[in-house]
Amino acid sequence: MSFFGVDFARKKERELERKLRANDREYNLSFKYATNAIKTSKYHFITFLPLNLFEQFQRIANAYFLFLLVLQVIPQISSLSWFTTVVPLVLVLTVTAAKDATDDINRHRSDNQVNNRKVEVLIDRKLRSEKWMDVQVGDIIKLENNQFVTADLLLLSSSEPLNLVYIETAELDGETNLKVRQALPVTGDLGDDIEKLADFNGEVRCEPPNNRLDRFTGTLTIAGQKYPLDNEKILLRGCTLRNTEWCFGLVLFGGPETKLMQNCGKSTFKRTSVDRLMNVLVLCIFGFLAFMCTILAIGNFFWERNEGSEFIVFLPRENQNGAGISAFLTFWSYVIILNTVVPISLYVSVEIIRLGNSFYIEWDRKMYYSRNDTPAEARTTTLNEELGQIKYVFSDKTGTLTQNIMVFNKCSINGKSYGDVYDYTGQRLEITEDTDTVDFSFNLLADSRFMFHDHALVEAVKLENPEVHAFFRLLALCHTVMAEEKKEGEIFYQAQSPDEGALVTAARNFGFVFRSRTPDSVSIVEMGQQRSYELLAILDFNNVRKRMSVIVRSPEGKLSLYCKGADTIIYERLHQSCSKLMEVTTEHLNEFAGEGLRTLALAYKDLDEEYFIQWKQRHHEASTALDDREGRLDQLYEEIEKDLLLLGATAIEDKLQDGVPQTIEQLAKADIKIWVLTGDKQETAENIGYSCNLLREEMNEVFIISGNSPEDVRQELRNAQTAIKPASDEDSVFLPQGTVSNGPTVVSEEVANGEYGLVINGHSLAYALERSLELDFLKTACMCKAVICCRVTPLQKAQVVELVKKYKKAVTLAIGDGANDVSMIKAAHIGVGISGQEGMQAVLSSDYSFAQFRFLQRLLLVHGRWSYLRMCKFLRYFFYKNFTFTFVHFWYAFFCGFSAQTVYDEWFITLYNLVYTALPVLGMSLFDQDVNDVWSFQHPQLYIPGQLNLYFSKKTFFKCALHSCYSSLVLFFIPYAAMHDTVRGDGKDISDYQSFALLTQTCLLFAVTIQLGLEMSYWTAVNTFFVLGSLGMYFAVTFTMYSNGMFLMLPSVFSFIGTARNSLSQPNVWLTIFLTSILCVLPVITYRFLFIQLCPTINDKVMFKVRQAKATPPPPPRRTRIRRTSSRRSGYAFSHAQGYGDLVTSGRFLRRPAVSRSSGFPNIGRPTTGFSPMGRSAGYSPTGRPQNTKTPDVEVTSLQMYRTFSDPAL
Amino acid sequence: MMASSYNAKEEDGHHSGAANHGGAGAVKSKKPDNTAFKQQRLPAWQPILTAGTVLPAFFVIGLIFIPIGIGLYVSSNNIKEFEVDYTGVDISSPCHPCAKNFSWNATTPCPCSVHFTLEQPFESNVFMYYGLSNFYQNHRRYVKSRDDSQLNGDRSALTNPSKECEPYRTSEGLPIAPCGAIANSLFNDTLKLYYIDSNGTRNEIPLVKKGIAWWTDKHVKFRNPGGNDNLTLAFKGTSKPVNWRKPVYELDPNDDDNNGFTNEDFIVWMRTAALPTFRKLYRIIQKKSGSTPTLPSGQYVLDITYNYPVLSFDGRKRMILSTISWMGGKNPFLGIAYITVGSICFFLGVVLLIIHHKYDTRNNSADIPN
Repeated sequence: MSFFGVDFARKKERELERKLRANDREYNLSFKYATNAIKTSKYHFITFLPLNLFEQFQRIANAYFLFLLVLQVIPQISSLSWFTTVVPLVLVLTVTAAKDATDDINRHRSDNQVNNRKVEVLIDRKLRSEKWMDVQVGDIIKLENNQFVTADLLLLSSSEPLNLVYIETAELDGETNLKVRQALPVTGDLGDDIEKLADFNGEVRCEPPNNRLDRFTGTLTIAGQKYPLDNEKILLRGCTLRNTEWCFGLVLFGGPETKLMQNCGKSTFKRTSVDRLMNVLVLCIFGFLAFMCTILAIGNFFWERNEGSEFIVFLPRENQNGAGISAFLTFWSYVIILNTVVPISLYVSVEIIRLGNSFYIEWDRKMYYSRNDTPAEARTTTLNEELGQIKYVFSDKTGTLTQNIMVFNKCSINGKSYGDVYDYTGQRLEITEDTDTVDFSFNLLADSRFMFHDHALVEAVKLENPEVHAFFRLLALCHTVMAEEKKEGEIFYQAQSPDEGALVTAARNFGFVFRSRTPDSVSIVEMGQQRSYELLAILDFNNVRKRMSVIVRSPEGKLSLYCKGADTIIYERLHQSCSKLMEVTTEHLNEFAGEGLRTLALAYKDLDEEYFIQWKQRHHEASTALDDREGRLDQLYEEIEKDLLLLGATAIEDKLQDGVPQTIEQLAKADIKIWVLTGDKQETAENIGYSCNLLREEMNEVFIISGNSPEDVRQELRNAQTAIKPASDEDSVFLPQGTVSNGPTVVSEEVANGEYGLVINGHSLAYALERSLELDFLKTACMCKAVICCRVTPLQKAQVVELVKKYKKAVTLAIGDGANDVSMIKAAHIGVGISGQEGMQAVLSSDYSFAQFRFLQRLLLVHGRWSYLRMCKFLRYFFYKNFTFTFVHFWYAFFCGFSAQTVYDEWFITLYNLVYTALPVLGMSLFDQDVNDVWSFQHPQLYIPGQLNLYFSKKTFFKCALHSCYSSLVLFFIPYAAMHDTVRGDGKDISDYQSFALLTQTCLLFAVTIQLGLEMSYWTAVNTFFVLGSLGMYFAVTFTMYSNGMFLMLPSVFSFIGTARNSLSQPNVWLTIFLTSILCVLPVITYRFLFIQLCPTINDKVMFKVRQAKATPPPPPRRTRIRRTSSRRSGYAFSHAQGYGDLVTSGRFLRRPAVSRSSGFPNIGRPTTGFSPMGRSAGYSPTGRPQNTKTPDVEVTSLQMYRTFSDPAL
Repeated sequence: MMASSYNAKEEDGHHSGAANHGGAGAVKSKKPDNTAFKQQRLPAWQPILTAGTVLPAFFVIGLIFIPIGIGLYVSSNNIKEFEVDYTGVDISSPCHPCAKNFSWNATTPCPCSVHFTLEQPFESNVFMYYGLSNFYQNHRRYVKSRDDSQLNGDRSALTNPSKECEPYRTSEGLPIAPCGAIANSLFNDTLKLYYIDSNGTRNEIPLVKKGIAWWTDKHVKFRNPGGNDNLTLAFKGTSKPVNWRKPVYELDPNDDDNNGFTNEDFIVWMRTAALPTFRKLYRIIQKKSGSTPTLPSGQYVLDITYNYPVLSFDGRKRMILSTISWMGGKNPFLGIAYITVGSICFFLGVVLLIIHHKYDTRNNSADIPN
């Protein structure tokens, strides 16, 4: 099921090369390129019915019922009237069709909205406002600021200098930082001159439509001159124009051929484990059905041969069919009769239950985040019960566990620590919401959202303390942040990492406002005074250097080098004179680190003019060198960054989201293993691991795997294993490498003797994920309580998830917020997106989304558990009621000559699943809860049965079948024995077929209803109404159908006239009903009671406790104390990516770095990245409010809609 | 399957709203409603299986069932029933020759008489049944082989019976009335009962042939076509079922109300049995006034006009005389079942009580690991 647009494009002859000419519609039309209209809807008014029906009948269940219908119209086979199948089938088809129709109407609407958007198009030498769908390939269109890009465009010219445009690509890749595109100078000269543009007749030859977002090749020919085109000149549909007044572009691809649409392939359809189990069971049932029918057919064969041939006197055979033919026909007749073992309504009901439970998630106020008005959203409604079976949670760190908000919290300047608040007795105060904040009103350019509590620092600034000034000057100068000042005084910073943003904002508030930069200068406002520093060099950050420096010339002409970086690195390069200050600062750093803050040391040095000129010369040579450029540059940097003078240190808090430690503890109690997969450095990750309670001081050991070769990694993993399980035999723990290839085996759960943690580095992970090591890694990791993988690429995130999925028979959940989590979210059984933050990509590919990590515990422990419980109860009960219903036919076959005579009235068969038993079981599966949410939190262990598949498995299914078998025996033979050869109270007939049918069906209905009552543990008014209402309904319908009026209308359809009146007035009929009901439930109650007495499950215990505690309200959920550790394990606050320095100095801001894809070789220098790690660098915001509050509108819709769903056929 | 794939639309509007979040609250918050239903806090009754509920229930069920069972058993036992198999399988049986020499084409009926003795007098109304065994009246092809419209007096169905009636739909070009295999196989033995008093004279016992069918069947389900004025006319143009010796309008020529489709013997036969062994009400022997028993003990003769062949498919024919009670005919099963189930319940109650006392401590401590 893909989209027609895409399909169409594919069906068309494959385009090898695209040729088009600007402003020449006729020429371009000859190629029949797609226009810019998109179509995501599937149906038209007229095509809806046939197409939809065709689709629906592709589902096996529906097709199966169609097949039954065909069987039923064959008179020799038909054992049931056509309506027994038609009524349910039509109902199911109608419900599904109605749902599809509403979906499609919505798609039509959103298509229309997108297609009818206006854009200015150059037509007939004039700019005209046209609808998007009328835009054609080769048109020149004008875009304005904050507009969506209409189609895939070749950028021609823009309002900005150097023909740059800034675009936001959040829709495409989830990255919110601005990107730059630059037009060719030759087209850039066209400017906004309409005449010139109208005369423009460049010809483009380029690649055919494809889905590579990061690549484009083509050539532009203007007046015989050829110009190469690459991705830097292309604006893709789905981007938004930012900071650019206007630009002109030439449409290259339209509508379905744009890269955005080409990218929106089908998303994989996820199935729950219950789904998969159900499919297996349904296949088994089919087998069983065939088996039963075969037995009955054989029975029929012998009956026909022995009895039927003699009974011919009264019952002649049709066309003198022999016993063989009769048996064959009987087989199919019984297929029809016994088809209720594979009930069509099962699938509908399952969907309704899931939908209902999804609504509960969306309605939950406790998963609503009022800060940004975000309720939880169930984007996929087919996975609910799987939420109750999660065993592994893979979490992203930044933006998921942490808020991705960096707060400049403390600093140490020249040996004095700032940031703490003391009361008059000198007691340190806890900083809370109400703590008095520093007033920055002296500074007109201050960011009002910045909060600081220590007044001493402002005083120091105001007193013009030179070290303090130098400190903030450094922060204002030494960075790669971009400033954007739309209005006087309203400055926005675009930072590569939120840390940097926090530092620059801090400097800004303390009077050192970074205002703007050019490639060779930095303008700052120092205490109200505008000053421009000449930017001579940026000694950029990288992972080995762990520091960055700038060399600037002050307006006074003084040359200085400012450096910030990891304390250990800076300390190595300090001048000896700082040793005393170093000691004090180290103390402060330890203190900061102990509080889990991220620290940076700051240092500077004044430079000698001559030395610098000479150095600059060498720097130039090195930077143009062809071989070993990086090495030579590093050496140069090393040379100049020495004998620095320490200024102080900063401490930045990486704010955890609310309730993260508590959530993690709760999930751990529910035996859910949490793996943190982060792109962050090991130190940061570890630090967060401790602060969110994942790693704990009490843990026996935290293993750190950071080997740089497969052998090292293997050794480290094995050491860890022996440490965890010293007794275990080497051979049993480590499979020989050869056995791995024999298909996925399931790694059994091994219990560690103690609590362990595992931290593994990105490059070690690359080895650990290789085939030879993956089992070792998995075993070690699974024995640890907590696993943290740092420096992980998005691809590796997915690989880790896949690894666990492959070898562990466990359900996985991935939670993340950014574009880099998409792969993992898609790979895991369940993907959860954190909404309301960086980009939409994670949310768009997720199955559930909500605003805060802490909602995860409610999603799993409450909604997930209930959904699973309900679904399992539903399935158990559903199979029970249908098997019981069906098996009675089987027993009856032995008494009616295997003639496929039904036990019940045909109308009862038709309505049994749809009317008489549908609502009670639905009510149960929508409302049931064993214990309420408070108790679910109180006892997270209640979650464990779900992980172990205890509520519904093949075993429970088998038990259900046995139970049904027993019930059906009771339901057939008790009425049989009670009615055998007997008569009514007035001597008339009662053991006739119709009375017997009525009796058995009434018994059945009572038995299954009482069984439902036993299953149900939460009787709301609705449930009671449904249960009693359905029984009442049965009698109402029965009396109506067996009434004179109905019979006189259609004598042959309602031939059961009078049966109800004559039969249900008999006391022995009711006594029989009573007896069968009691006999059906007696063993169940005994069995359950015995189990509760002898080996109660956790549910039984908790339910018992709840009952006991009913008088007293349950205690409030305990808040866990967050343990702060004192040992030092701080990292330095820096984004782990290569810095922006080159870009800043080259004048080409914020370009994506080249992407290197590899996962197998040691990469000491740069991190191995599949995605650009810069995507992480969300816009910095010092307060809790995420920055990108204005989420773009429609393209989101279309993107979402590309998530197609093939239906769960079986 | 039911993915909410179009939610983004709402989200758009909402997000633009979130941007001016601080604004005068013009934008409706997306905060879900605080209703008990949406928050899953509906008040509910939460029963669980505890010793306090299960054990008393067992005892109560036991205590209720056993008396009911005894009552049923006693009343079933008080019913007097007498059964005569007159199939004629044994050579010694008086009906053996008739059974052996049966022929469909025989023009003369084959009579036979069975003598029997009632040891005990039958009080109150006595019901006379014929019972058939191994007769698959519930076979699917048999059950559906009828046309209820025709039997309801529908004229078009009379002349054009339903296809279900095949192969007994038409005969010699004329539609069969009543059509189908059920009607065709109408039980047509005639039974007569004589009491032989002490001086050896045969006194015919009056058998009432009306009031043996359900009221609904007699008055709603079965109706003669075209009013009841002249059945011969009404059934004109139809043929009798092939096995029948006389047409349907001659089933009871003496009583217009009991003729044609509304003949009660016919109606009783048409109500097909659920099981291959069944009995059908044939005649009622009305209670005599005074204290004389309806059927005094002594010698009886059953005169049979043997028309109905069952031997070919190993069937059996019986004549049953029975009195009835409030709960119907003689069937000790229900009584025995009730007594058994009641006892089991009681026994289980005791066993569970012991188990409960032994293991109760384990449950009460509610040792939930943490």
